[in-house]
Amino acid sequence: MRFLPYLLAGLAFGFVMIKSEAASWYRIMEMFYFQSFHMYGIMMSAIATGLVGVLLLKRYGQLLTLDGQSISIPNKEPGRVNYILGGFIFGLGWGVIGLCPGPIFALVGMGSIGALAALGGALVGTWLYGFVKKRLPH
Amino acid sequence: MDTLLAWLHAPWPWYVSGPLIGLMVPLMLWIGNRSFGISSNLRHMCAMAQPKSIGVDFFQYDWREHNWSLVFAIGAVLGGFFAGIVFANPEPINLSVAALTMFSHWDVPIAGGFLPPVLFDLNWLSVIVMFVGGILVGFGTRYASGCTSGHAITGLSTLQLQSLLAVLGIFAGGLTAAHLVTPHLFSIFW
Repeated sequence: MRFLPYLLAGLAFGFVMIKSEAASWYRIMEMFYFQSFHMYGIMMSAIATGLVGVLLLKRYGQLLTLDGQSISIPNKEPGRVNYILGGFIFGLGWGVIGLCPGPIFALVGMGSIGALAALGGALVGTWLYGFVKKRLPH
Repeated sequence: MDTLLAWLHAPWPWYVSGPLIGLMVPLMLWIGNRSFGISSNLRHMCAMAQPKSIGVDFFQYDWREHNWSLVFAIGAVLGGFFAGIVFANPEPINLSVAALTMFSHWDVPIAGGFLPPVLFDLNWLSVIVMFVGGILVGFGTRYASGCTSGHAITGLSTLQLQSLLAVLGIFAGGLTAAHLVTPHLFSIFW
């Protein structure tokens, strides 16, 4: 029961990934070729909504979580190179397969063999990172 | 009822789906003080699978503490099933004319609207391209400690500089691959 809210939130997220067509290879290519406002509209309105939502949560900071904790927003770890270079490497993959991790999970649910292969690759890539992490600039 | 059903089947415009995605950030904070993001599940899945004898430090932690996140990912898979299969969009994807023209130059059919058939279905090309691209996605997201959801959505909406760096890197990498690799890749394979 404790996990039900996460299951429902994940379900909503996967649903929106498909309905927004953010999980569409075609939409991602259209975005990288600046041929439509669609994906930019999604990103900008998502960030704006998140920003306002978080401000409201902070403003009414006495509000507790569903399970009674107080809300805090962790800062990202310090670093420069890892964010830029890691992002770039991720982008190189995204610009070909047109799927980032959220859509990979959603398309697996649609029975896409290609997305399943991408998930397998992403797991191997994650493991490779863990293996060479200490030798990389961060 | 019919309008609700029609709405569930239709794709949603950016001004509906964007805010819904953005709501994930305060929603996850409210549910259990969690940061919205999905790619850390790839790490948890590696931690789950790693035998004790291998012992890469990065995967030596108690993944059970992140059960909630794995449940979220399972939810995303179910959401994909409902949105893409149960409430599938009966219409072809409504791309811009410029994009349609480009895809016809690339000889990529618009079937299904998510992945071109050659990448979606079971064939050797799909598996190789998607697997290799997946390696870059998995490696890069962990190196950058997050993907589009954790950085572009959560990170930017909580005004974190590191996320801005990550998003700039992501976009630069995506532009590079989409312009220099993808069109040629398809012309080689088709």
